[in-house]
Amino acid sequence: MNHLPLIIKREYLNKVKNKSFIIMTFLSPLIMVGLFALIAFLTQLNNDKVRTISILDESKLFVSQFKSTDKTKYDILTNVSLEDAKKIVQESKNYGLLYIPKADSIDALADKIKFYSEDSPSLMTMEEIERKIETKARDIKLRKSGIDPDLIHKLKVNVTANLETFSGEKTSKLGSTLKLVFGGAAGYLLFMFIIIYGNMIMRSVIEEKTSRIIEVIISSVKPIQLLLGKIFGTSLAGITQFLIWILIGGILMTVVSTVFGINMSGSPMASQEAVNQVANSAEMQKMMNLGMQEVLNLPLANLAIMFVLFFVGGYLLYGSLYAAIGAAVDSETDTQQFMMPILMPLMLAIYVGFFTVIENPHGTVSQIFSYVPFTSPVVMLMRIPFGVPIWQQLLSVAILFGTFFLTVLFAAKIYRVGILMYGKKPSYKELRKWLKY
Amino acid sequence: MDNLLVAENIVKKFGDYTALNGVSIEVPKGSIFGLLGPNGAGKTTLIRIINQITMPDEGLVTLDGVKLQSNHIKDIGYLPEERGLYKSMKVGEQALYLAQLKGLTKNQAKERLKYWFDKFEITSWWNKKVQELSKGMAQKIQFIVTVLHQPKLLIFDEPFSGFDPINANIIKDEILQLREEGATVIFSTHRMESVEEMCDHIALIHESNKILDGKLIDIKRQYKSNIYEVGLLTEQKAETEKYLKENFELSEANFKTINDELKFNIKIDAGQTANQLISHLTSKGQLTHFVEVIPSVNDIFIQTVQNN
Repeated sequence: MNHLPLIIKREYLNKVKNKSFIIMTFLSPLIMVGLFALIAFLTQLNNDKVRTISILDESKLFVSQFKSTDKTKYDILTNVSLEDAKKIVQESKNYGLLYIPKADSIDALADKIKFYSEDSPSLMTMEEIERKIETKARDIKLRKSGIDPDLIHKLKVNVTANLETFSGEKTSKLGSTLKLVFGGAAGYLLFMFIIIYGNMIMRSVIEEKTSRIIEVIISSVKPIQLLLGKIFGTSLAGITQFLIWILIGGILMTVVSTVFGINMSGSPMASQEAVNQVANSAEMQKMMNLGMQEVLNLPLANLAIMFVLFFVGGYLLYGSLYAAIGAAVDSETDTQQFMMPILMPLMLAIYVGFFTVIENPHGTVSQIFSYVPFTSPVVMLMRIPFGVPIWQQLLSVAILFGTFFLTVLFAAKIYRVGILMYGKKPSYKELRKWLKY
Repeated sequence: MDNLLVAENIVKKFGDYTALNGVSIEVPKGSIFGLLGPNGAGKTTLIRIINQITMPDEGLVTLDGVKLQSNHIKDIGYLPEERGLYKSMKVGEQALYLAQLKGLTKNQAKERLKYWFDKFEITSWWNKKVQELSKGMAQKIQFIVTVLHQPKLLIFDEPFSGFDPINANIIKDEILQLREEGATVIFSTHRMESVEEMCDHIALIHESNKILDGKLIDIKRQYKSNIYEVGLLTEQKAETEKYLKENFELSEANFKTINDELKFNIKIDAGQTANQLISHLTSKGQLTHFVEVIPSVNDIFIQTVQNN
């Protein structure tokens, strides 16, 4: 008798109707969005404070460089000694005092510039100040050597190589970044999914053991049916949760960003000048078009199909192992020793993905790991946007599913024996023995 | 006799450990069959083999003359010793699910559950979660689920554990009733008094081997010791005792009485009859008590296991 649909239905409904599952499903995106909003809000708040920096420039060379902006006010001190200046700054509770002494040459002066403050000043503030001084100092030195700085500026040539594949597709560096984003997101999503819902499978197996219902069930159903039913049912519940998260998350992001006018995508680090540069709307338009073009140029259909295949294959592979662990132990606290061999290849996949594939998508290491079934789902998914021949992808999928059938057989054996073993924390040696029963 | 279940020469090994060593049992149709044995003897392994939870390494199990196969699942109802229910599921939902796993349709299952829930007066539990039930309440649900699909063969492993005497009695009556309706019952327990009361056949397994089986009544006959419990009212106590000692094997007896009499367990030889003993006794005094000592299942169990 085939009870698989019945078991899948029960597993699914049981997960989905669970109170903590429902709460997690609807609360998590709220918390996430709330957190993002809070961070964005706090960053803005942090930057809203106007800083006043006092400047005592005895050389009189750099005063013109420091023009007050919305966020930073420069207070130029004249005709005071350094000691007095320090006192003034301390009393007025200003952010700090920049002291530029008089010196014979620019080089001699460079070492003697000092910045006094109550606490250590922020790195960004210091970098800005240093850049201002450096620019001016270079200009002065250029002039002294008889070179017009404006001329240098004019002579500068910007080179951007136009990338094009042999088949004539135009690409760009932006394209490469996009490919990384797509591949990385797919791989990381799968990684997260395996960890969250693999654990869920394990817990559900342990629950059947601790509640002692297992013997009743397997007098009616074959263990392998129960095992598969669990894996499929939990996966469906997981996919449901993921879809709801994406949906709610998307809606909330849109609502929050329009209502509160907080620009969540904009990096608060971007300096005013950089923003000004890109603000040129024509340039912006061009970038957007190019980006869209690049996205469309990606092998989207290929990526989507392979994403589904690798996602399903990878999850089933790891899910069956999680189920075997659940069957082998009596409580969740006993699972630690068996978790390592599962987490190791997963971590390896993520590291190989984020370091090696980014470095060289078609290098030897990347290639090998995109065939090894325990890492291929993550690594291959990250490689596909950079163009992998279809036959290689199919080969990798075939290896993955082949291994899945082997691990399910392996897991089913452990499972069959383990679910009826109570009150015992087995060692690896015992697990090996179970395989022979 | 017509047997419902026959297990022949079952061998099951777990690694180096032999859990069952060539065990054979025959369970007659319509009987209540007691499967007895000390802890770890291999009873549960045998029961799991009958339920096709584990496969035997050697041997053959037939149900109604047919080799055990997967569609026999619906013909067997099993209440394991280690039993439980999904804690977070509602009682009704869960009973429906388990019934469907045994091959009932949803409507069939609903109808029969209604009958049993009415019978046990537990209709109000339908929407409760299992974790709200007491252990005894949960056991009732498990019992219902075991018998719901009207299997030919019912297997109960320690069915009374967790029940108070009243509920244990209800369950006992239900088991007897099911037997009346044609079911065959295999019954594994350590409570010898319920074996005494209910079983008509027993098999005793010890250290992976079957060491005794058959009709309970035959086994008792086989184990009878020709000992009679005797009470004799007489004036000359010492003299009578001496006389009896010369002719029979005596031992202390302990039973309640209202008279101040001689009390003995008297064993007669194979050649002698009870009548001969009585004529000896009546010649010496007034006979107030005369009972044949029948070995209890408890005695047989302990004696057989210790002798092996």
